[in-house]
Amino acid sequence: MNRQRLSLWWFIATLVFALLSMLVPLPAVLEPFKPYWPALFLLYWSLEANDRVGLGVAFTLGLAADLLDGVLLGEQALRLTALVFIALRFRSRLRFFPMWQQTLAVLALLINDRILLTIVRVFAGDALPPASWWISPFVGAALWPFLFLLLDDLRMRLRIQ
Amino acid sequence: MGQDSSPLFAGSVAGTLRLIGYLALAMVLMVLDHRNGWMWRLRYGAAVAVEPLYRLAGLPVEGMRTLSVAFADRQRLTEQNQRLREDLLLANAKLNRMATVAEQNERLKELLDTQHSLELNVQLARVVGVDLGAYRRRLLINVGARDGVRPGQPVIDAHGVMGQIVETLPTTSVAMLITDPNNALPVTIERTGLRTIAYGSREGDRLVLPTIPMAADVKAGDRLLTSGLGGRFPPGFPVGRITQVAPATTGMFLEARAQPSADIDRSEDVLLLHEQAEPAGPPAPVPPMGPPSDLAPAGARSTAAPARPVKGGVR
Repeated sequence: MNRQRLSLWWFIATLVFALLSMLVPLPAVLEPFKPYWPALFLLYWSLEANDRVGLGVAFTLGLAADLLDGVLLGEQALRLTALVFIALRFRSRLRFFPMWQQTLAVLALLINDRILLTIVRVFAGDALPPASWWISPFVGAALWPFLFLLLDDLRMRLRIQ
Repeated sequence: MGQDSSPLFAGSVAGTLRLIGYLALAMVLMVLDHRNGWMWRLRYGAAVAVEPLYRLAGLPVEGMRTLSVAFADRQRLTEQNQRLREDLLLANAKLNRMATVAEQNERLKELLDTQHSLELNVQLARVVGVDLGAYRRRLLINVGARDGVRPGQPVIDAHGVMGQIVETLPTTSVAMLITDPNNALPVTIERTGLRTIAYGSREGDRLVLPTIPMAADVKAGDRLLTSGLGGRFPPGFPVGRITQVAPATTGMFLEARAQPSADIDRSEDVLLLHEQAEPAGPPAPVPPMGPPSDLAPAGARSTAAPARPVKGGVR
């Protein structure tokens, strides 16, 4: 019982950490390279613990991120819901991909996410973003194997599922 | 894969329906928010949870600043100190000279019986190092509605205009920088007095002036000042310096690019301008007078005393 509660807290802690990392700024030069942390963490959990992550969790996390970002309520909720839906749909296959294939799949998901974001922003009346806009998904995908292994390792050490 | 319920290929209809439901909900939220902008009211309500997170997320930047001071070598600090002293001396000398001019100005204004004042009512604020979304040129500041900050207030630093407050939370507020693509600022070119509008650019680090008449006399190096039209910014604050002028792609206007004079990326402390002295204009409308209140029917008595926000700050 206690172990279950611990694993729930660990789950929540990682998501809060993802939101915080989203808020922490990088130096102006590195700013385009900043990955979309909530998506990466949510992807990990939807692959590893799909009983916990559903569309509802993705939507809620997105709303929380929108509240923090303060741009447009529902923007990240939409993106994360779509992302988690695709990830859950292909979960059984994604889980048994070798790491490099999984990384490519994550890259595709993140690029899809950026496209969604661009569409939303253009509809909201913003100018098209510059080319450096598209760097972030690649950085996210490059970080994916490390993040995956790190989170897996931590989970093993904490002996939570 | 014992408890794994998701099938290998086809997904369930229920899952798709739920996706559509959530997506529709998100879109409704976005449209409502875009139209009405009530997200900020929600955010204001959620400030209890939101603001500590901002403070937490701002800690790394704060730590970096502290570390950079702690580990900066003595030499550099001494140099910096020396430079600041010189700056202060120079500024004070200029101020002393200005004092006589201001006094003269005051006397002349008394003669003219106007009420415009050059006095600045400012409030010092600190920038909280938080990233508010990619390619959104916005800044989080550590003073908020409780300190008397209101949307629309100009934000400046020592070198020029930085932006304006767009939204406030109880103890923090968000400023939109002048380099944000959604920002437009009425400016005047100092040398010629030409009035035009400076927009933020897509790249987000400079200003664009796309509607300068073809015949206008504009050169690289011209200084831009706020024109004071529009009533948001007081006139005469430095905005930037023109770096290049070229015919616009439409061929109907000249398009100039300018470098903001404020240290937009590097400022740690900023100044919030409070409202200026009353502008000359028609007097405020007289509140409607009815019969004496003891004759009014019960329940219609109201004490309508508009609460004025407290003006804090340095004068």
